[in-house]
Amino acid sequence: MPLLEVNDLTTYFHTRDGVVRAVEGVSFSLERGETLGIVGESGSGKSVTCYSLMRLIPEPPGRIERGTAMFEGHDLLQMSQKELRKVRGNGIGMIFQDPMTSLNPYLRISTQLIEALQTHRDIDKKAALHKAIEALEEVGIPGASKRVFSYPHEFSGGMRQRVMIAMALITEPALLIADEPTTALDVTVQAQIMDIIKQRQNDLGTAVILVTHDLGVVAGSCDKVLVMYGGREMESGSVEQIFYRPRHPYTRSLQKTIPSLQTKGQELYTIPGLPPDVSKPIHGCAFFPRCPYPKTDKAEGASPELEEIEPGHCWSACGFCDSSTPIESVLAKAGEVAEDGVPASAGEPA
Amino acid sequence: MLKFIALRLLQGVLVLLGIYAVTFVLVAATPGSPFSSERAIAPEILAQIEAFYGYDKPLGERFITSLGNVLQGEFGPSAVYANRTVTQIIGESFPISLTLGSISLLLALLLGIPAGILAAVKRNTWLDYVPMSVSMAGICLPTFVMGPLLALVFGLILQWLPVAGWYGPEFMILPATTLGLYYAAYFARLTRGGMLEMLNQDWVRTARAKGVKESTIIWKHCLKGGLIPAITFLGPALAGIISGSFVVETIFQIPGLGQWFVRAALNRDDFLVLGLTVLFAAMIVLMNLLVDIVQVALNPRLKYD
Repeated sequence: MPLLEVNDLTTYFHTRDGVVRAVEGVSFSLERGETLGIVGESGSGKSVTCYSLMRLIPEPPGRIERGTAMFEGHDLLQMSQKELRKVRGNGIGMIFQDPMTSLNPYLRISTQLIEALQTHRDIDKKAALHKAIEALEEVGIPGASKRVFSYPHEFSGGMRQRVMIAMALITEPALLIADEPTTALDVTVQAQIMDIIKQRQNDLGTAVILVTHDLGVVAGSCDKVLVMYGGREMESGSVEQIFYRPRHPYTRSLQKTIPSLQTKGQELYTIPGLPPDVSKPIHGCAFFPRCPYPKTDKAEGASPELEEIEPGHCWSACGFCDSSTPIESVLAKAGEVAEDGVPASAGEPA
Repeated sequence: MLKFIALRLLQGVLVLLGIYAVTFVLVAATPGSPFSSERAIAPEILAQIEAFYGYDKPLGERFITSLGNVLQGEFGPSAVYANRTVTQIIGESFPISLTLGSISLLLALLLGIPAGILAAVKRNTWLDYVPMSVSMAGICLPTFVMGPLLALVFGLILQWLPVAGWYGPEFMILPATTLGLYYAAYFARLTRGGMLEMLNQDWVRTARAKGVKESTIIWKHCLKGGLIPAITFLGPALAGIISGSFVVETIFQIPGLGQWFVRAALNRDDFLVLGLTVLFAAMIVLMNLLVDIVQVALNPRLKYD
């Protein structure tokens, strides 16, 4: 039995301006100790997927419409608040994007660190404090026995994210959800934070869901990848499958945007157009309007089915385009057309 | 911290000196005199009266003399109530206003702050709408409407409580309620706003992700920061509420300090005006200092300097 098995997770926000379909039928599974990377552009539903698992989306306006998320045999989406509290911070720890606002400025680090222990374990304050100091040392905070009594504003952003990691892992949860843990940090600190997460994961055998839009981070630290777009799953598989044998035009376009993979001196590739407006229903493939691939004559509008092309490697088989050709040749062809005076951005929404 | 308090007290003394000087000049510059009355007084008698109060001396000398008296704790004789000094008048009426004010404030805090917290926690439910509508009404209804209304209902129609005078605890209920409800309304709204801001912070989500109970989130994570707006308002409110409300004291015929503010000005009772002004200013200075100390205690990001 996998540690976490998510099936058909669907989360909508019922706002005054209409229904925002933030997550639409996402499925994935995660074994103990494994790392799953969720990648996609801003607004693709990565974070909402994570918050839905922890049931941390604001309800209302948010609502989990359907789906199951079996964690250690229990459905997270059906739990009562009381059962849920036993899982949060105990079975599943979470790190957030912005360490500057994720710690309470009115409480000492020590108070916040031991809170999860005090909530979930039968432990006296002294022992909890001892564990808190240990936890800070493990994430590389010097002088932990003194600094544990500091307030968050006395720490830098990178240090605060270390505190967050220590805090999320202090109860040794089976799963750590890291929602863009390095996005708000300095580039030099980003690598350190990723190293700490990986190291603590190895020490504790924690499974990790890593939300990011940095494909480099995914390649370096994940076992599996889920590519999301417009709240839907576009492609999923092992890192090897996604990076070496991508099938979906979106996955290929995304890879094409990695700066370090492009020839120096050339203009950086960007996917033309904008991410879809999920407050309107999307028919057919969500990526269709921006897809650089030549269209086939199959009708637009039919919903693409997830198709397993090799064991563990699924893609949203759109069928509107012939995605067997590599993206380079597709783009090269489009470029030639552009030089002839016809816009290259075929498929860009008007 | 001691250095901070000493410094602020020193600043306060300077502020009070400044206020005293400005008030003195303004009072002296006001046309008319405390001794002019409709009845004609013989010029030699008037001269004697003026000599008694020191009004025959030049302004500068009068200022020095009166300041010297103030530093010794005596504001001078009342220019209108011949046999009473300003210090006596304040000494008699201030305890009454202080008592009434303290009860009102206690009522305001006990009503307003829990209502504000409740409204914030249960926002957009009837537990939010009802207290907030009531408090909006409380702010909009001036005390001179609320006071007579309460007196009418509980004093005259139901005959439960006395409507005027100051002779025992039962006389405190109506005026304290009138004054207390008004401030309770402010505290409720400020607390709601403060708590809502806290409840929307990212760190609340972090606490939830740790499995912390909602009640712990409210009391432990949000209360400190959520009370800051209410506490900032508490400083000036405290000074105003304990130095007496002219309106409430007039409606309920309470011999408190509040009435003297108006009476002193109308009577051109120079020394009393000065005394009351300095007392009120001193109260504001002290209460603001107190609030600042509480703020630092609540918010670890603030430092004494």
